[in-house]
Amino acid sequence: MPGMSALDAVLAAQSVVETLGGGSQPDRVEARQMQALSLGVHIPIVCFGIAFPAMILFVEGLYLRTGDPAYKALAKRWSKVALVLFAVGVVTGTILSFEFGLLWPEFMASFGEVFGVAFGLEGISFFVEAIFIAIYVYGWDRLPRRTHFLAGVPIVISGFTGTFFVLSVNSWMNNPQGFDVVDGQVTDPRPWEAMFNPNLWHEVVHMYLAGYIVAGFIVAGIYAYAHLKGRRDKYHRTGLVVALSFAALAAPVQVIVGDWAGRQVGKTQPVKLAAFEGLTKTQKSAPFTLGGLYDEKTGEVEYGIEIPWLLSLLSEHNPTAEVTGLDSVRPEDRPPVNIVRIAFQTMIAIGTGLALLGFIFFLTWLRKRRLPRTRVFYLAVMAAGPAAFVAMISGWIATEVGRQPWIVYNVMRTEQAVTNADGLEVGYAVLVAVYVALAVAVVWLLRRLTAAPPHTEVSQAELPRTKVAH
Amino acid sequence: MAEICLAFVMLGVTAYAIFGGADFGAGFWDLTAGTAEGGGRLRGMIQRSMAPVWEANHVWLIFVLVIVWTAFPVAFGSIFSTLSIPLFVAAIGIIFRGAAFALRGQAGTIREAKVLGGLFALSSVLIPLFFGAAAGGIASGRVEVGNAAGDPITSWVNPTSALIGVLAVVTGAHVAAVYLAGDSVRAGVPDMVQAFRRRALGSGVIAGLVALGGLAVVRSDAPDLFDGLTSGAGLAAVIASGLGGAATLALVFAGRYGLARVSAGVAVGAICLGWVFAQDPYFLPGELTLDQAAASDASLTALVFAVGVGMIILIPSLWYLYRLVLKGELDQEFEPLDQRFRPQSAGGQPPAGAGQ
Ligand code: HDD
Ligand code: HEM
Ligand code: HEM
Repeated sequence: MPGMSALDAVLAAQSVVETLGGGSQPDRVEARQMQALSLGVHIPIVCFGIAFPAMILFVEGLYLRTGDPAYKALAKRWSKVALVLFAVGVVTGTILSFEFGLLWPEFMASFGEVFGVAFGLEGISFFVEAIFIAIYVYGWDRLPRRTHFLAGVPIVISGFTGTFFVLSVNSWMNNPQGFDVVDGQVTDPRPWEAMFNPNLWHEVVHMYLAGYIVAGFIVAGIYAYAHLKGRRDKYHRTGLVVALSFAALAAPVQVIVGDWAGRQVGKTQPVKLAAFEGLTKTQKSAPFTLGGLYDEKTGEVEYGIEIPWLLSLLSEHNPTAEVTGLDSVRPEDRPPVNIVRIAFQTMIAIGTGLALLGFIFFLTWLRKRRLPRTRVFYLAVMAAGPAAFVAMISGWIATEVGRQPWIVYNVMRTEQAVTNADGLEVGYAVLVAVYVALAVAVVWLLRRLTAAPPHTEVSQAELPRTKVAH
Repeated sequence: MAEICLAFVMLGVTAYAIFGGADFGAGFWDLTAGTAEGGGRLRGMIQRSMAPVWEANHVWLIFVLVIVWTAFPVAFGSIFSTLSIPLFVAAIGIIFRGAAFALRGQAGTIREAKVLGGLFALSSVLIPLFFGAAAGGIASGRVEVGNAAGDPITSWVNPTSALIGVLAVVTGAHVAAVYLAGDSVRAGVPDMVQAFRRRALGSGVIAGLVALGGLAVVRSDAPDLFDGLTSGAGLAAVIASGLGGAATLALVFAGRYGLARVSAGVAVGAICLGWVFAQDPYFLPGELTLDQAAASDASLTALVFAVGVGMIILIPSLWYLYRLVLKGELDQEFEPLDQRFRPQSAGGQPPAGAGQ
């Protein structure tokens, strides 16, 4: 099945024609940079949209069970932060939707009808998310307690479905199917087949876990800092343990899912996998090369550490299996190897480290029923947040740049998709400035939000453990 | 199927014009509220009313985009590449507006609140202006099929675009004032009721005049659109809109804000519908009919099915949100925006854990 569709796609590659008549300025670097920049801003923020609601509900659940106001204060504080990040997710996501049209009109015109249904469902998901996050955050102390808790559940679900549908589009770009190309025109779209393409599953699971890892470690890092500063009351300790538990559970699983992702990529995008590894020649018993730089001229990786058979073992679970190399396609059909390869290896290195950190946390917790006591552990947790962020961005760079020069793998080249409109460089400059301003503003706001002491989140009456009457 | 998808688009456009438009209109009143002290109460009321709903209102825009690019992909590519300037400006405006509004709620000093409020209010005016200009470009047949095939400037700098842009700002302001007057009644702040009542009446009269005068503009600049609006179903919609507008003025005058909400919505909705009737059978006037613009049946069917199923979840959710809002369940305390800073601007209480 994958072999079949790859063949179809290669045949199609010669003939697909731009629906709108094509671009006259094929190499618009600005367009690619703008797209990458906007995604790079949006995705880290939505990691919080994915993971934060579940963490908040968990803490609120603790509050409902114990009635301890520290839990309530924490859940309420987190929900306010989540609301701000959600607002930023909304505006940056809106920019992305605009950019699809502003930057890639040919892509949209040719393929909108193939992958669009997923976005329709994504839109519904975000709608539901926006509705319930408002009810949840503004409903504190106003809705009955159970109703309030239940109002949080749709946020978690729609965060998942939103991710699912948007990734169905991205996985389809990597493994396009559900349409035919006849005389250069896209015909017979089969949207469900496009949506449920075989690359979808690993991408969804991998990205969803990445959301928990990134958000979990970043939040945990803040409380780890507070811990080192001596703030170790129940409020801060709960913040640390809950966030860290979510991240630490996800991190080891992520390695297994990553392995699955790698094998799926080997099947459907062998050239991308070859770029991950800097493997020039198709060969049996392929080695894995750690580190080093790929030399475009010789096709060798310089300064790397070669581990025999490992690549064949990883990609096929068989040490002598044949692995496709870059030389299976013309040089102009290969992605820029070094970017892809460095990004990929960065992700793996960090992913391994995060999994280890997660293990240490759980071992201590299970055996001693307490947090680790060493200062190094807390410093490591503080570093884990930014590291997870880097891993996730690297993963996306590996995925997206590894797909180049195709916007729709083997069917439409990126340069065919771009807009003819002028002034992209102006737009790019404006966008950079706006994002910088946005980042400054958000940091400022979050500091403001968290500056008030936690007990201001609960009313005076609640502090000595009384339930607020309704 | 194409008709159903067009109906979805119009549902989204109408809802965005009413609810999103009202949010922009609130920004307009914020901009014109005067000095920090004088306008503090007005701004506080706006902050309080908008906070729980603006994000949900905003999603209608996303809804429109995804339906258009799935159901009418060629039109989407043509529109966005030709009208890239106004759409880009609007998108940047959306960032500023959302961020500034969210931030202002947390401002610590009156100075901060002023800067953020100014940004919020200014972008609230720019967004409908530029969206309106883009809509004018489409309605007057200036978007050609192709990759940036239409003129990048005159497609949105032209009489019809100017008219629709201004109309979008003014109607948004009017609808916002009607809604805010109603909210002020609920909040029990009589002076705000009066303030927004005056604004609702004034802006309503101006919106009506702009719309009437606009017909002359449309007549000379986009005769086909004018013909559509003055005959058949288009004319019926225009009349309905006019009646809705007149009814709103009467209801506001009588202090019946609940009903005025509805009639104001009808006035805006009818004019959106009138636009569709007026350019029937075209999706892009003079270029692409609805049938030519439509994606193939398989995609349309899948989209209608997906959105239909989604609506089963969405509609009760929206109903629940608006019911809570209208019952005042999500209301924040009313607090004049400038006063917030007087009692506690010193800030910085000593930190303390909550859990002892
Ligand atoms: C916290 C983030 C994070 C961590 C720790 C890892 N990854 Fe990852 N990875 C991502 C976050 C990520 C991602 C969310 O950025 C990507 C981009 C596309 C996707 O589905 O997930 C990704 C993509 C991605 C791909 C390409 C998928 C494709 O092109 O379809 C592979 C092969 C791997 N990863 C493999 C791994 C391995 C073997 C890891 C373990 C050591 C690993 N990842 C850890
Ligand atoms: C649903 C998800 C996504 C879709 C539909 C998507 C779509 C696209 C499109 C249309 C391009 C333009 C082609 C090009 O520039 O080469 C692109 C490029 C790119 N995207 Fe993605 N993308 C998605 C997710 C992401 C994410 C999450 C990231 C990273 C954070 C990302 C990073 C990039 C990068 C770095 C490029 C530039 C490639 C280059 O410069 O050659 N993408 N993507
Ligand atoms: C890996 C890729 C992506 C993931 C996981 C993702 C996930 C999410 C999530 C969870 C939200 C909810 C807001 C929040 O929690 O902050 C969101 C918002 C949004 N996303 Fe993304 N997204 C991705 C890529 C994209 C792309 C490529 C687009 C555009 C084409 C996009 C468009 C939007 C829009 C428009 C919103 C705002 C919805 C609203 O108004 O409520 N996203 N995204």
